[in-house]
Amino acid sequence: MKPIELDKVQEKLESFIDKDVYVHLETTNGAYASHVNEKAYNVGVYIRNAKVRFNQAKIVGDGKSYRAGLKMEIGWIYAEGLTDWEIFEGEKLLMAGHDREGRLMVALQISETPFNY
Amino acid sequence: MEKHVVVIYPHPDDESFGAAGTIAKFREQGVPVTYLCGTLGEMGRNMGNPTFANRETLPEIRKKELIDACNVLDMELRMLGYRDKTLEYEDRTEVAELLKGIIEEIDPSLVITHYPEHAVHPDHDALGSAAVEAVQLMDPKKRPTVWAQAITNTHIEDLGNPDIVNDVRDNFDKKMDAILCHQSQANGVIRSWNQSEDMDNDLKEEAMKRLGFESFYIWKY
Repeated sequence: MKPIELDKVQEKLESFIDKDVYVHLETTNGAYASHVNEKAYNVGVYIRNAKVRFNQAKIVGDGKSYRAGLKMEIGWIYAEGLTDWEIFEGEKLLMAGHDREGRLMVALQISETPFNY
Repeated sequence: MEKHVVVIYPHPDDESFGAAGTIAKFREQGVPVTYLCGTLGEMGRNMGNPTFANRETLPEIRKKELIDACNVLDMELRMLGYRDKTLEYEDRTEVAELLKGIIEEIDPSLVITHYPEHAVHPDHDALGSAAVEAVQLMDPKKRPTVWAQAITNTHIEDLGNPDIVNDVRDNFDKKMDAILCHQSQANGVIRSWNQSEDMDNDLKEEAMKRLGFESFYIWKY
């Protein structure tokens, strides 16, 4: 993946507006968080291939870390801490946030076709 | 001497970090070893350092790493096709029945797996539990011995001293070669053990400190 380019990601986000799309959303600090540091908590969330439709989409950030929000008719989806992006298999938008060691902390991915499951 | 050893862990790299030295010793004795790997570690956080994988490419990358590691350790590989981080939500009896079928087919004298409830990762606990149950479901006369691996920080307090302690330091190169097949994971996993900034940069030295001994409890049926 490569560092987020705001204009390009915004353009790609808008290409999904008012279409049925599949979303992958996750955040995690790893299954070993409290094993390697007893003061830490294990926290993670993961939803894969949620079929949604949104009518607004925006990515916002300061050049290092970004937030992306999708407005649906009856709700919202957002992710914070995104740093990198990639177009995968020609049409899937992958966004992720990595820590200093390159570990994935958060991901938001959108596609018109389902992700492998 | 063992007749055949079956190793049952959920993730590509569990075999290398957890039991590579033990597996290598069995192979030196000419004992066949088969690895039943539960998932492809699809949900791993480590993407290589520097990052070269993403959430979508990780499964195929880890599958290749797994095959490479099994080649280094010269053991047969079977992939069970479950999805990373979801094993504890599967029906345990169904998983146990699947494992029982494979164990009966291979007819090993020894099964190595994680110690349920003492193996930190929910997938470890879930697959370990299903493996223990699979052997429980077998005809008592045909049951292989089960070595269960506990990796919690408190397992000695909780369970007492392990029954089997294999010193694998004299064959650590082989273990390290297997670990390093897992290119996307090895660096990040080893570094995660030592959170201080001044960690020794020698991954092998750091790995040896933690992984020089492989220990197991003999499951009592």
